[in-house]
Order: sequence, then C-alpha cells, then structure tokens
Amino acid sequence: MGKIKVENLTKIFGKKPKKALELLNKNTSKDEILKQTGMTVGVNQASFEVQDGEIFVIMGLSGSGKSTLVRLLNRLIEPTTGNVWIDGVDLAAMGAKELREVRRKKLSMVFQKFGLFPFRTVLENVEYGLEVQGVEKDERKATAISSLELVGLSGYEHMYPNELSGGMQQRVGLARALANDPDVLLMDEAFSALDPLIRKDMQDELLDLQQKMQKTIIFITHDLDEALRIGDRITIMKDGSIVQIGTPEDILTNPENDYVERFVEDVDRSKVFTASHVMKRPETVNAEKDGPRVAMQRMKDTGISSIYVTNRKKELLGIVSAEEVSKAVKENHSLLDIIEKNVPTVHPDTPLHELFDVVSTSPIPVAVVEDGLLKGIIIRGAVLAALSSGQEVNKDESTTEASAS
Amino acid sequence: MSLLPRLPLADGIDAFVDWLKGIDGLFDVPKEFIGFTVTHLSNGLSAIPAWLFILLLTGLAFFATKKKFGLPAFVFFGFMLIENLGYWSDMMLTLSLVLTSAGISVILGIPFGIWMAKNKTVESIITPILDFMQTMPAFVYLIPAVVFFGIGMVPGVIASVIFAMPPTVRLTNLGIRQVSTELIEASDAFGSTPFQKLFKVQLPMAKKTIMAGVNQSIMLALSMVVIASMIGASGLGTKVYYAVGRNDAGGGFEAGIALVILAIILDRLTQSFNRQKGVA
Repeated sequence: MGKIKVENLTKIFGKKPKKALELLNKNTSKDEILKQTGMTVGVNQASFEVQDGEIFVIMGLSGSGKSTLVRLLNRLIEPTTGNVWIDGVDLAAMGAKELREVRRKKLSMVFQKFGLFPFRTVLENVEYGLEVQGVEKDERKATAISSLELVGLSGYEHMYPNELSGGMQQRVGLARALANDPDVLLMDEAFSALDPLIRKDMQDELLDLQQKMQKTIIFITHDLDEALRIGDRITIMKDGSIVQIGTPEDILTNPENDYVERFVEDVDRSKVFTASHVMKRPETVNAEKDGPRVAMQRMKDTGISSIYVTNRKKELLGIVSAEEVSKAVKENHSLLDIIEKNVPTVHPDTPLHELFDVVSTSPIPVAVVEDGLLKGIIIRGAVLAALSSGQEVNKDESTTEASAS
Repeated sequence: MSLLPRLPLADGIDAFVDWLKGIDGLFDVPKEFIGFTVTHLSNGLSAIPAWLFILLLTGLAFFATKKKFGLPAFVFFGFMLIENLGYWSDMMLTLSLVLTSAGISVILGIPFGIWMAKNKTVESIITPILDFMQTMPAFVYLIPAVVFFGIGMVPGVIASVIFAMPPTVRLTNLGIRQVSTELIEASDAFGSTPFQKLFKVQLPMAKKTIMAGVNQSIMLALSMVVIASMIGASGLGTKVYYAVGRNDAGGGFEAGIALVILAIILDRLTQSFNRQKGVA
C-alpha cells in the first residue's frame, strides 16, 4: 500500500449533501446537481494512491476541484464521504487531537499566496510549526535556520515577509513546511503566483531538494508544463472528477479522452521529450576485441559511414569514419590509432529543444552519454519526427537498456 | 387606535428593576470594585505633582510619535493651560473615570468580540444588543445606573462602560474575522490548537483593528463621563454642567477647552501607539 491512499473521496458544498450524493451515485452531472439542489460538487469520488517518495501532481483548470482535493487530504475541509489513509491510518476517523498530531508530524502545506504571518520575522515564520508542537526555543531556532539554509535563504532570518520578493517568500513557505520534517508535502499551486522565470527556478530547486530528501509531494497546479516538468505521475481533474492518472508520457502519448487531448495539444513537446525519447540503439565496435576489419564490415552491413567505438563496459571512446577505417586496414593500424575522440555528446535527460543546436551542426550522429556509458545515438530525422508526431521514435526499435532510464 | 389598551411597558420595567435590586451581591460587588478602583486611581494620579505628570506625558508622547515634536508640544502646552486655569484636579478625576471605564470596556469587550468571532450564533445574538446599546440615547443609561448604584462615581463608570464597550466588541470581532483564510489554513495545517491559533495568529493579525476599537471606546468613555456628571460623577464634566446651569459662558468654555485638550491627547496618544507597534 502506498503512502497515501484515497478512496471514493467526495466533497459536496451545501446544506444537505445527502441528496446531492444520491444524484451523484446515479451519475448525474455537476451542473445538473447544481440546478436541481443548489449544491456544488467539489470533488467527485476521487480514488488514487500515492507512493512513498513520489511527486504526484494534481492538475486541472480553476474550479476543477484540485484545491479542494488537497485540503481534503489534511482535513482543512471535511470530506462528505470517502476515505483517506495515510500510512494505513484512516484520517476521517481521527479525533481533533490525533489529527493535529498528523498535521504536525506527517503533513506540511505550502500555499499559493505563501500564507506567511506578516507580523513574524522569516525565522519566526519558519519556527511556527515547531513552536505549536512545543519544541524548545533553541532547538527550533536551529532547525529553522538549517531549513532556511536548505532553501537558500541564509541571512534573511530577521527580515519580515513583506521585505522579500515573491520567490523568496515562497522559499520561506517551503522552509516552514520542511522545518517540521514531514513525510508528505502538500503544495497548493505553490509556484503559480510567481513570474515565469522565478517559477522555473523554483521548480528546479524543488526537484533538487526532492533528490536529497525523498519526500512524498502532492503538487497542485493549473499549468500543464509545470506538471510535466516535475511530476512523476499526473492526475488530471475536471469538474471535480479525476479524468486520467498517468506518467507525463502516458498523458501526452495516450490521452484518455478528448478533454485530456485538448489539454495536451498545446504542450510544447520540445520541452517535454528528452534525448532518451528520441535516441536509437547505436551500432558500435568494441575497441578491445574488434579491429578495423570488423568495423568496416559492420558499417557495410548497416549502411552507415561512421561508427562509435566503446570498450567492453560500453564506455564511449570515440568515433571512426569509413574512410579512416579503410586506410587503417591498408596500413595495419588499430582502431585506437585512428579514433576521433572529439564527439558531440548529450545527457539522456536533455530536453529536445536544447538538442536542436547540437544535432543540426553535427555532421555525425550525436552520442547520448550517461556516466561515460554510451546509451544511444540521435540522428537528425528522429528529433523532427518526435516534434511532428508526438510519438517516441525509439518505441518499436529494439532499444538498449537505455530507454529504461 | 385606542382599541388596544396601552401596554404597561414602563410598569413591567419597574417591576423587573425591583426584582433585580432584590438579588444580593449582584450590585454590591461591582460597586465596591469600581469604587475602589476609581478612588485609588484618582488618588494615585493626584499624588503626582502636576509638573512631573506633564513632563512624563510629554516624554511619552515624544517616544510614541517616534521623536516628532508636534504632539509632545501640544501635550506640554495643553496641560500647562489646564493647570494654569486651575482645572488640574478636576481633570485628574475625569482621567481616572475615563481610564477605569475604558479599561473595564476593553477587559469585557475583547473576550466578547473573540467569542462573537468564533461563533456565529453568539454573533447573531450580540450584534442586536450592541446596536441597542449604541442607539439608545446616552442619558437613558443614567437612570438604571442611578437606580442600581445610587449617585456618584460608580454609576457614572457603569453608564460609561455600557456606552463605550460596543466599538471594542465590534472591532475585535471584525478584526478576527478579517484574517485571511490562507493564514487561518496555514495555522491549522501546521497543527495549531484553537488557542494557539487565537493567540499566535488571529489576535496579532487583528491587533490594529482591535486597537482602533479601543481608541473609540476611550473617546466614548470620555464623552459619557461628562454626561455622567449629571448623576454626580465629578470632574471636568461637573464644571461644564454647573456652567450650563448658571449660564456662565466663560466658565463653560474653560472647562470645555480642558476637556477638548484631554480628548485630543488621549486620542492621539492611543493612535500613535497603534501605529508604532504595527511593524508589518
């Protein structure tokens, strides 16, 4: 079982939710229920599971119920029906005291408009969660300072929130959430109020932090690019219901229905796909056992004019061209004598839009290298194909272990 | 029109008042307490020599306004004028009445305001009572005050408390309700108890609004203390009241200007405290 399990979670806003609930069970639409009963369906029978250490993005337009859903997870809003289990404990069954304990120890929240207390200094804001737990003064100060360090705000401890920029304020919000050392971070449109450049920085920083900390993060956003960038899995919501749950690739390549499809239509694919999506399995020769003759034969067989050279461990050594190889055969040189070591390389996670330059200026296929190992090669046509079709080109090729990364 | 017999509202109220008076301790305890407070406060204030008091308040004004000179100068010359005209001891008496009634208003008013903010039912019950307290002509409070507490300082304070309390209650309620939902959510999401939420988030956030209410209460207490001179609450009000009775324009003006000076000083001082403390 995952870290968080949500089953049939429903929230209806209004005075007599029972009636609306009956209609909901008969599959009546949200609009129809509003017309008939005057009640609003906030979240409609949401079920999902979030794994430990995962970034789970909940995405939807305004009014899709995503903010309500995240508040149901820490009971800032009381669910109408349904269950939330955190580490196997039912949240709905908790009394006020137990719920407070869970909020103090397991769940922290980051807010869209930061939710900082204006009359407290940055340090006092970050201390808040520990202060209400009754942590001793020196200890909570030390924790808060190291938490601020983590988000890169050392030296700002004694300023007030209104003296900081939006991006910095949200770092304070993040530091405050992290100071409690929670298992789960709930981030409600945490970066939506920031301007695009700062937002991108914050996303990168969150990903960096996540690598260090391995928290479970539930991230709410209305921005698909953001969702695709940071999400391990993405949930798309519409009218309070979950439309599709999947990895960013699932969402892009197999949209569940028209709604999702229209959503992903406008996505800039060059930012979503990476080198690993478009690379091909490379033809290589092993310099430790193969000579120029093998290289020549292999190039002839596959009809290519140059071939990458690796060692036994598949570490990239360089490239040799057909011309040089035939010369080497005549003059009896080894592959290592004629190898060209200066080859264009990229990392498998390089986004497509950063590949254009390298691929278009290089006369030879670009090598995809991770930790020195040759994972694949990229030929010019593959990049264009990925952009136009949205399909991954290496899907049906017999790819190496590289595509698993 | 006269098909219905006239309702005996006045008789009913009289009967109710008689019944209340019969309850032991209901009026004696607050009477003792208020009498004690006012007497000791005014004795204490009067024991301070005028020149020392003037210097202290001038200094206080100087620091409260962050070292500007306008208010301190006004405090200094205003008090000098009052001293010069010979209203010093009357003013001290008035000041102790105001401080006592404003103090009681605040001590009672803030908890009521908090209670209103936390509970909708309480709010819907207290709001019309506050409306009633504020719209009822101020003089009318003098009657029950006299009935239950006799004449003198104590009924004056009681009437002032009733008259001065509504702004504190209302603005405390308003201030707490105005705290943005996100801050309330933040405080809840980190696992605050309702008490922690109140003292660590709601009251600090509402402080400015509450202080505005306290300022209003002090001003209302001052105006009521003057009216209460009609039932024997002595002080500057008594001088005004006498002057009206004797058609003494000069005396009325002197006592009146002393009141105005006191009012301005109280108002500006409390306001500058409010501004000074709101850092964020």
